[in-house]
Amino acid sequence: MGANFTWVMIGCALIGAGASAVGVFSFLRKQALVGDAIAHSLLPGVALAFIIGGEKSIWVLFPGAFIAGWLSILSIEFITKSSKIKPDTAIAIVLTVFFGIGIVMLTHIQQSSYGNQSGLEDFLFGKAAAMLPSDIALFAIVDLVLISSIALTYPYLKLYSFDPEYSRAIGLPVRFIQFTLSSLTVLAVASGIQAVGVVLMSALIITPAAAARFFTSRLSQMIILAMLIGLVSAVGGVYISSLAFKMPTGPWVVMILSILAISAFVFAPSKGMVSRYNKRKEHQLKVRSENLLKLFFKLEEKGESIHFSRTELLNHRKFEGRDLETILKSLLGKRLLARSQDSFSLTEEGREEATRVVRIHRLWELYLNKRMSIAADHVHHDAEAIEHIITPELEQELLKDLGYPELDPHKQEIPGTKNLKP
Amino acid sequence: MNDFWIILEGSLVAVSCGLLGAYLILRKMAMVGDAISHAVLPGIVIAYLVAQSRSSILLLLGAALFGLLSTFLIEILAKKARIQSDASIGITFTWLFAIGVILVSLYSGNADIDQDCVLYGDIAFVPLDTLFLGERDLGPTPIWLQGFNLFLVIAMIRIGYRGFLITSFDPSFSSGLGIKTDTWHYVLMGAVSFTVVLSFNAVGAILVVAFLVVPPATAYLLSNQLQTMMIYTVIFGVLSALIGFYLATWWSASISGAMAVASGILFLGVLVYQKLLRKRKKFLAITN
Repeated sequence: MGANFTWVMIGCALIGAGASAVGVFSFLRKQALVGDAIAHSLLPGVALAFIIGGEKSIWVLFPGAFIAGWLSILSIEFITKSSKIKPDTAIAIVLTVFFGIGIVMLTHIQQSSYGNQSGLEDFLFGKAAAMLPSDIALFAIVDLVLISSIALTYPYLKLYSFDPEYSRAIGLPVRFIQFTLSSLTVLAVASGIQAVGVVLMSALIITPAAAARFFTSRLSQMIILAMLIGLVSAVGGVYISSLAFKMPTGPWVVMILSILAISAFVFAPSKGMVSRYNKRKEHQLKVRSENLLKLFFKLEEKGESIHFSRTELLNHRKFEGRDLETILKSLLGKRLLARSQDSFSLTEEGREEATRVVRIHRLWELYLNKRMSIAADHVHHDAEAIEHIITPELEQELLKDLGYPELDPHKQEIPGTKNLKP
Repeated sequence: MNDFWIILEGSLVAVSCGLLGAYLILRKMAMVGDAISHAVLPGIVIAYLVAQSRSSILLLLGAALFGLLSTFLIEILAKKARIQSDASIGITFTWLFAIGVILVSLYSGNADIDQDCVLYGDIAFVPLDTLFLGERDLGPTPIWLQGFNLFLVIAMIRIGYRGFLITSFDPSFSSGLGIKTDTWHYVLMGAVSFTVVLSFNAVGAILVVAFLVVPPATAYLLSNQLQTMMIYTVIFGVLSALIGFYLATWWSASISGAMAVASGILFLGVLVYQKLLRKRKKFLAITN
């Protein structure tokens, strides 16, 4: 492969990085599929440029593609603004009709004797292997334009992407921002389409941005991460496809891109599916543990005993058999409970924690009763939920607001308020 | 006679796609047709490798299965991974399509299959594939298949009209009523997958996607009721096939492409006409 292989790799990396950066904005504006529409809509532009220019050089086809892409965006806007048609339908209409026009032109070219035909297959699947150094020059220039435009208008783009209504309201030049973003998207798609094809172009716009969103909520980080993902997939795809003869480049890039993205959806810290599942489990365990501690406190309050067996606990509050075991185990591990043979009792720390939960519960009941004028027999349910959420700071506020009370609306003691008085 | 068969096939595809497309538009799922038409490729390739034949019913089933699978994937990405719906559509179909192309290139050495033959059928070849019963010529096979499919689509809509209606317009209200919204969703998606696959074998992917969206969208401009919308859809679909065919012979270009263009021209015509009408009304209101 040698020198050509290196060129292809550099070229695809440049396309991948540029398209991914622009894709972040399409993604945030919930217009990810506009990239797909533009990519398909370039076909008539490419065909027309070929008819006029008579050759397949990227420098001839690129302007045609750019104009067609722009027309497609304008058409989508025109349709959604002047009728009740929704954006997704408008995108689908423009995509198919433009592509249909392109097919008609292509087949017309093929019927007539234009000789060197610009093939539909190349347009759809790309011809990365045919990349020339002059193509790379174009990609580099396009990337430079993309990145510098994003950098120059960054504050505007940022505000507009997250809150278009607000940015309109404070008088930002919204039309200009839309124009910039559309031009950048068209530019990225039109420059890369010859090399990587329609489907890969759509994937490069959508997938890196969606994956990057799982790792960060900062726009600048998201752009850099998306570019990195696009770049790595492009390089990896070119490499894998070079291993076997006649392996297409574009699909392998999409393959790596998709695998990276799906791993991100599943495993990303904090936003990934696994992490969200774990967090939910953790929270569940916390709530149940606090409920069990509370149960110990209340049983002690009745003054019968301080040691309780599993059956006694289950008699007073419904826990699934297995759940109770996990909760007991976790509380024993944290040394909030102590065990002697078959019965359990609160440790010092355990009693403190139980007191805290009961205190918050009863404080909240009192708060609802006093400040919100909710009847005493209606407040328990709400308190049952909020007792697991209220922070120490909020607890202080409640105590202060209610004047360090001693009794809740049911005339039960609010434990430990005296000790908290400053 | 050939011309007649081509126009008839175009109209049949237009009507069955358009009727299903009407629901897609109302559900804001217009791009799902596009997604399905890409996502079926691996299904076709796998079915081909299993069956070792190109005109098997298995090919059709494999494709339809992957079409349905793609709608599952879209739902999972949107609901479980919480990715916005447009991005989950885009990620799903580009990925499945890539898998399909890779499979094709892996096995193209020992099998005569390529992207062209599976994805871009041409309506011009419809009259060539004739169905014989003994010695009797019954007309082109695709017409019979498409006719049967249209019958199924219409039957499905007749039977499930109210269910599709309510789950399309107000999914949360209908699940509040205890209607199984998901079931209706997947029944519709199954029908769309099957129709898409069956049709683009005969007329090419691009025309299928065009017929799924453009005629019903044109009808949507003109109507406020699902029933009227469907009647207009049928009219615009058949008109697109008819006009497209003559445009294609006039320009000596692809018939499928020209039919897609014709549907676009009709849409634009209605859109501009309505806009002018509104302007005129406004003008009259001001001058009065």
